[in-house]
Amino acid sequence: MRSEYILLFAAMGLVTYLPRWLPLHYLSRKGLPPWFVDWLELIPVAILSALLFPDLLSAGEPRQWTPLTPGLIVAVPTFIFALKTRSLAGTVVLGMALFWAAEKIL
Amino acid sequence: MDELGKFSPEIKHILARGIKASWPICLGYIPIGLAFGVLAQKAGLSPLEIGLMSLFVFAGSSQFIAVSMMGSGAGFLAIVLTTFSVNLRHLLMSSSLARYLGHPGRRWVSLFAYGVTDESFAVNLTKFLEGDWHWREALVLNHTANLAWIGSTVLGGVGGRFIPEGAFGIDYALTAMFLCLLVFQLRGKLFVLTAILSGVFSVVLALRIPGNSHIVIASMLSAALGVLLKRGHLRIRKSQSKAGAASVSNCTHSERDRYEK
Repeated sequence: MRSEYILLFAAMGLVTYLPRWLPLHYLSRKGLPPWFVDWLELIPVAILSALLFPDLLSAGEPRQWTPLTPGLIVAVPTFIFALKTRSLAGTVVLGMALFWAAEKIL
Repeated sequence: MDELGKFSPEIKHILARGIKASWPICLGYIPIGLAFGVLAQKAGLSPLEIGLMSLFVFAGSSQFIAVSMMGSGAGFLAIVLTTFSVNLRHLLMSSSLARYLGHPGRRWVSLFAYGVTDESFAVNLTKFLEGDWHWREALVLNHTANLAWIGSTVLGGVGGRFIPEGAFGIDYALTAMFLCLLVFQLRGKLFVLTAILSGVFSVVLALRIPGNSHIVIASMLSAALGVLLKRGHLRIRKSQSKAGAASVSNCTHSERDRYEK
């Protein structure tokens, strides 16, 4: 165990923890302006979409446009299945199975 | 002992619910954790150091980046600043969660905050919106996922090379989970529109800016546009209803006039 690594991990931990902790500590439901509440209401759907689509449509570092990968093709039936069934467990299992099959075939 | 007897079924129930809800996250973390462990071990980290890094940081993508930076000889400050910018998106997630967490008390909030990741945020928020979800269960979920992450990274560091890659499509577990949670979040036209805007912005930005700042920029921007759309919509409705109210009051005035006459 090297001490310089412990120091590095501790510093990394601190700068990761603070953004996670500050809003939970200071933001309460009371006293927030309505436009901000509206904005926060839309943040989850925006984040999920912002996380998902670049990974489905691009790859590498720097990112390159990669349409029609197995991941994107599998996403279509998986998304429709989620819409129809609203089952998290079913969607995860189906997605994995389809991706596994797609990787073998394509 | 009586106190313990009273408490334990409730605590067991909370633990069971929290752990049960965390399974897609844990399943998704295992292949990523193993892959990270293998990479970190190749970069010269011992299993103990890998475990400590996972325990302190608990943020997958930034750990991958840090290990590759360590491998290329980057300095302390560069790694810490990169970690900060990569994980800044959690600020938005915690802000969003703050509205649903209730009032657990400062110590519990601090413990909860440690476990806010993309995945735990998405599942907890969905559960809170469904109702019937308590911060205690959310806390259990966060820390079950944390254990799965730490465990799989250490395991990867010890013997990840011997585990076959991509078995059973496990690499797709988190993507499928996010797809389903996105579906759950589509709670009306405004949400669908915000999702489309955010997806387009995020892809366009991701192709132009290195790193992952596209997530924060796209989310903040599209949510702001969503608010503007909602407000604009409201204003139209208000002016319509005002006009309606005015005509109604005119009507009653004229009727009153008639009665008076």
